[in-house]
Amino acid sequence: MTTASATGEDQRLRSVSPLRLFLSRPEFGAIVGAIIVFLIFAILSVARGDVGKGFLSIQGAASYLEIAAQVGILGAAVSLLMIAGEFDLSVGSMIGAAGLLLGLLIVQYGVPPTIAIVLTFAFALAVGAFNGWLRIKTGLPSFIVTLGMLLILRGAGIGFTRAITSNTIVSGVNANTANDPIVKLFTASVSIGGGEFKVVLLWWIVAVVVATWVLTRTRFGNWIFAVGGGEQAARYVGVPVHRVKVILFMTTAASAALLACIQVLSFGSADVLRGTNKEFEAIITAVVGGTLLTGGYGSALGSAFGAFILGTTQLGINFVGINSDWYQVVLGAVLLLAVLANTYLLRRASGSR
Amino acid sequence: MSNQLPPIPHDTAPITMPADTAERIARYGKQGAGPTSDAVPVLEARDVSKYFGRVIALEHVSLSVRPGEVNCLLGDNGAGKSTLIKILSGVHRPDSGTMLMDGEPVVFQSPRNALDRGVATVYQDLAVLPLMSISRNFFIGSEPTTGWGPFRRFDVAAAGRTATNQMLEIGIQVRDPSQLVGTLSGGERQTLAIARAEYFGARVLILDEPTSALGVKEAAIVLRHVIRARSKGLGVIFITHNVQHALPVGDRFTILSHGRSAGEFVRGQVDQDELLRLMGGGDELTHLARELDQLMAADAGAIEAAAIPDEVTPTSPDAPVTEVEASESAQD
Repeated sequence: MTTASATGEDQRLRSVSPLRLFLSRPEFGAIVGAIIVFLIFAILSVARGDVGKGFLSIQGAASYLEIAAQVGILGAAVSLLMIAGEFDLSVGSMIGAAGLLLGLLIVQYGVPPTIAIVLTFAFALAVGAFNGWLRIKTGLPSFIVTLGMLLILRGAGIGFTRAITSNTIVSGVNANTANDPIVKLFTASVSIGGGEFKVVLLWWIVAVVVATWVLTRTRFGNWIFAVGGGEQAARYVGVPVHRVKVILFMTTAASAALLACIQVLSFGSADVLRGTNKEFEAIITAVVGGTLLTGGYGSALGSAFGAFILGTTQLGINFVGINSDWYQVVLGAVLLLAVLANTYLLRRASGSR
Repeated sequence: MSNQLPPIPHDTAPITMPADTAERIARYGKQGAGPTSDAVPVLEARDVSKYFGRVIALEHVSLSVRPGEVNCLLGDNGAGKSTLIKILSGVHRPDSGTMLMDGEPVVFQSPRNALDRGVATVYQDLAVLPLMSISRNFFIGSEPTTGWGPFRRFDVAAAGRTATNQMLEIGIQVRDPSQLVGTLSGGERQTLAIARAEYFGARVLILDEPTSALGVKEAAIVLRHVIRARSKGLGVIFITHNVQHALPVGDRFTILSHGRSAGEFVRGQVDQDELLRLMGGGDELTHLARELDQLMAADAGAIEAAAIPDEVTPTSPDAPVTEVEASESAQD
């Protein structure tokens, strides 16, 4: 990109137009898709006369961005793992399990919130490491390993919670956490122009920026691509394949724990069913964002646009008066279109000489 | 295992040898006419064996390469070429025998360990990752970094610059180092891997079938870079089953057959036919030729009789068509 000018010598490089470079980026499809989806709902809103309210209001933006942020935090971590060629289906039930652990520690056992948060993250990291270890030791596909973990976490969450509290909801979490400064990190919000923007947006931005930076600007990021693109080839040149995978499984579990902390501390309660289907939404976010299902190619930045598409679709459907029963139909169609577009774009990027 | 195939012992596997070859071996010994130079081999496998369970993958094989020399490792499929290069490149450790670098015994703990000592292997399918950019491919596992502490980062600009320059040096104009390697041709990918190995200071280059999946022109590009690496003083071990690719570039030819050494020759001692025969294909080719002749004759007879024969069984009972496969399956 800057190579020709940086070396200051004539390398007979054909100059590449910035547009062409942009077209060959993995997140290109998601950016275009995000714009199209936004425009569709904007036009439908205007047609209903909803200017300045509903979808086209600041409050509306705050709402769909919050939904996008929640799945986007997972999506950033999941896309890194998927680029390395692995799946994590257990993130959804990890949200439930981590939330219950946090709630039980605070409410049932009177653990100070900060320590409870640390313990929750420790639990998630341990489960993530176990997922990675099991995947590597058994050689089973991560799809199966984490599907097992999905069921175990969900079932254990229900079982333990009912055994301890004889209920499936742990409530009253914020009774003694409201003034804790650490808790504020997960619950704060700011009002801008009538819209209440939650701190989860900030976490989303941090997650995407860090994931993108790691992926594109660090050695570890190069290893992620290498592990997903060709495990054996990566191993032969000295990439610590197993370490990369275990760290990424721990990252996805940690992203679920982060979301659990935000939800439980904000709502003041933990529910055994929280996070259901979030694993699929996270995968959809990554795939729409240009990450290849088979690994080796993708973008964390793209997952942000994937999350934006998900959030705007989910709320936009309500705002423009379509029955929300149709949400999954639209989401499924968006997913298929995105995969078709991304496959075409990838073929262009890797096949054009 | 009652209906097991009769064992075909490796050590008695017939290697048919024309009289002049036998005479040459009698005169010079199996190691050919001696080293092409007096230099100490930069990498040497001495009398190595490797067993996988009861399967003899490799037995008492020796191979060496000196600086500025191309040693072509020839053999048919299943001859043990892959096992030998995996030993040379640190993937496997030999069950017996020694590995030496510059005459000193070494043990490669891992492929990375071998790479760090200057033994770079370019695998046929694993040379590069097509979905990664040229500059990223060039530096996998050896990424240049800049910055300090937690802000230590992959120096993308430097990587792109170096990769572009190195590619230019090997005659490939890269219009953009962030271009995916998948956009390069097969020959260009192999040369990228060779250039990468040279850049990172390889002293020995092991090329695993670099030309076998390529067209004639593409193969020529790779062969040109084999010679280029040789003239730079690298020791090159060039694995192939294509004698036509080996003959023009090889200084030395090591032939493997059924996991054993079938001879080592220096340039000029052997010709194409002889190499083919030694690779263990000669005997089978003779049988095949005879078989095809019979088929042709049967066919001609059938045409004359204006009838299609019900049964064509021209295969002689001792035709060793499955010898290679049989020798790879479990046996004593």
